[in-house]
Amino acid sequence: MVKVTIDDQVIEVEPGTTILNAARQIGGDIVPPAMCYYSKLPGTGGKCRTCLVEVVQGSEKDPRPMPKLMVSCSTTVQDGMVVRNKTSERVQKNRAGVVEFLLINHPLDCPICDQAGECHLQDLGFENGGAGTRYEEERRTFAPRDIGNKIKLHMNRCILCYRCVHVAKQLTDQRVHGVLNRGEHAEISTYIENAIENDFSGNMIDVCPVGALTDKTFRFKSRVWFLKPLNASCSCNKCSGKAVVWMFGDEIYRVTARKDAYGEVEEQDGKAGWICNDCRFDKKDVHNWQIEGPRVINRHSVISQGHYLSPRQHDQKKIK
Amino acid sequence: MRRLLLEHDQVPGIETYEVYRKQGGYRSVEKALKKMSPEDVLEEVKKSGLRGRGGAGFPTGMKWSFLAKPEGVPRHLLCNADESEPGTFKDRYLMEKIPHLLIEGMITSSYALGANVSYIYIRGEYMWVLDILEKAVAEAYDNGWLGKNILGSGFDLDLYVCPGGGAYICGEETALIESLEGKRGNPRMKPPFPAVAGLWGRPTVVNNVESIAAVVPIVNDGGDEYAKIGVGRSTGTKLISACGNLERPGVYEIEMGITVEEFIYGDDYCRGIAKGKKLKACVPGGSSVPILPHYLVTKTATGEDRLMTYESLAEGGFESGSMLGSGGFIVFDEDQCIVRNTWNFARFYAHESCGQCSPCREGTGWMEKVLNRLEHGQGNMRDIDLLADINKKIEGNTICPLGDAAAWPVAAAIRHFRDEFEWHVNHREEAQKRNYGLISEKTASA
Ligand SMILES: Cc1cc2nc3c(=O)[nH]c(=O)nc-3n(C[C@H](O)[C@H](O)[C@H](O)COP(=O)(O)O)c2cc1C
Ligand code: SF4
Ligand code: FES
Repeated sequence: MVKVTIDDQVIEVEPGTTILNAARQIGGDIVPPAMCYYSKLPGTGGKCRTCLVEVVQGSEKDPRPMPKLMVSCSTTVQDGMVVRNKTSERVQKNRAGVVEFLLINHPLDCPICDQAGECHLQDLGFENGGAGTRYEEERRTFAPRDIGNKIKLHMNRCILCYRCVHVAKQLTDQRVHGVLNRGEHAEISTYIENAIENDFSGNMIDVCPVGALTDKTFRFKSRVWFLKPLNASCSCNKCSGKAVVWMFGDEIYRVTARKDAYGEVEEQDGKAGWICNDCRFDKKDVHNWQIEGPRVINRHSVISQGHYLSPRQHDQKKIK
Repeated sequence: MRRLLLEHDQVPGIETYEVYRKQGGYRSVEKALKKMSPEDVLEEVKKSGLRGRGGAGFPTGMKWSFLAKPEGVPRHLLCNADESEPGTFKDRYLMEKIPHLLIEGMITSSYALGANVSYIYIRGEYMWVLDILEKAVAEAYDNGWLGKNILGSGFDLDLYVCPGGGAYICGEETALIESLEGKRGNPRMKPPFPAVAGLWGRPTVVNNVESIAAVVPIVNDGGDEYAKIGVGRSTGTKLISACGNLERPGVYEIEMGITVEEFIYGDDYCRGIAKGKKLKACVPGGSSVPILPHYLVTKTATGEDRLMTYESLAEGGFESGSMLGSGGFIVFDEDQCIVRNTWNFARFYAHESCGQCSPCREGTGWMEKVLNRLEHGQGNMRDIDLLADINKKIEGNTICPLGDAAAWPVAAAIRHFRDEFEWHVNHREEAQKRNYGLISEKTASA
């Protein structure tokens, strides 16, 4: 085991653990935000640069600080490493810079975006962004596109985290989805309107940290915070069948995977709990599902203000 | 004035095997394969003090000694001939004129590294050079310098020339590897470094054309002999591609350590500023390095002579120095507009950013737009500080050094020529007229 100190909290972790995962083991607000890294998708991380931290001591053996800020999602800890995140002014400044970069071309169309309320970019902007913008240029725009008949791509909102590319590469059998063009003009594409017809393609929607990939069966139906999330399961021969159904009255408005505090799908039976497209898009009848009980949304988004739990329940399942 | 690489560049027919061989070509291969062990070759390269000529100046011998050598895993040598940095055209000259020198260097270097399959990754816009190289490779095969059991030594080498798709970013070594593997040329996260897991996950060395070519004289004459040329840790000779407002631009092979003064004004070199004009500024190492105002070009801030070495050009750090970089030496005379040039560079980086990491993708595009406005009389004073701030937020926060390469020139231009930026804000109309080319181009096509 190696010992690492993050914002003055000490923890021992397996060798090879990244700084970010070590921080997640400690938990709480010292965990750097991660917009592109996704633990269940090997190969992700390193792109968004929001998880930058300062390494003030490299290790016990070589205590020199690392000159550059490091991406915590892809930097492995060394024994005796000392990391600063919340307690580093340099990190705060540079992270604010990254957030500004992510927002300059973002349309800020939250009022009409399905992701609003559960958007990681909203949270990130709220915590690290500035009140105004210094960007006076025209924002880049792309026309919305269909990715298959169930998924809508709003490239304007995309932060190019590449998570969906990894879903396409790792969960579906044939990758017809990638990135086209360079630099500012880079865009997610299915090369191009090649529909993604695959049982697991819908997981792209769940991994997307923003509202770039949305569920066409749910689009514009409701704000997420008006819905009641419930853990539900069904017997499915393609996936674990363990999902969250989002209800309004007696109706299921949408189905998603079960996600943890970091927006990642939880493990089900020892495996990442991806759900199949049948469960996600087609099982919209309550009779399809066995309701297990209310779902606590374990992050500080609007939905976790949860009006659907009684105050007593709320206390018991204290929100972290 | 010693020339080690371009000694025979004017010999007619030097691009053919016969002439090249007659001039003493392929001696280093004979010497290495017959008389030296791979370790001996490495030792000579270490002794030579050769530093990577691709831009970063990392000691080649050290890079080679980092190459992992796990049992049973093939290793590769990749030659980086993607040369796309604005102002840099030395590798092209070498490959066009003396293609066999690069091939000879590849054979000797591959032998030292134990690589049996090596690649030359050449810039996609250099298609005619690709033809020259392929012809030379075929000649080398025909004459037994490539293939199985070269010179009966038991050493096998296959050499492939592979064209890139025309992206500057594919000159970054890990992007080059991705591209060679047939993927989108996005730089990889490091670690792991190519020396451990490069091409197809195998230990790989990536070297610049000129670095590999320099191995030939190093093996022929010995590393110590090579190290006699130069000053301090800048040894040997260096190809410099000089361009801009010079009386005699072109590719020069210089001995490390000549003064910048001599290089710009000397009779053997650029012969001064064209049309008798005055020197205004100089970018000594390709578009990625900081620009120097005239008073810091030939002298350092402390008044010493500036030399053509890694150390001397960097003297003064970012405050008053620059870098030798890739040897793309760009000179500006008194009529040139720094804002326009800065915009031009920014436009290049915005176009060439691969777009994976947010600071570079968004930052390069943003800087380009702000500079475009400033240059075209649409800027404000706050834009100048904004630019300075944007490049601070990019610098050091990106996956690969392209972000830094985009940020440094802007930072340096503002540091040394702030008045010129301000002048553009205060004299909007004149600012446009003063820029040669642009206005007339526009009106001509209108
Ligand atoms: C954006 C970018 C572009 C580069 N382009 C080139 C290039 O065109 N040619 C080159 O030799 N090195 C280039 N480099 C440097 C290479 O990454 C690498 O350091 C070099 O090929 C190593 O060779 P050397 O040690 O012989 O210099 C580039 C680096 C970056 C970050
Ligand atoms: S710095 Fe620019 S070119 Fe390099 S990886 Fe990031 S986006 Fe790509
Ligand atoms: S989460 Fe680490 S760079 Fe995006």
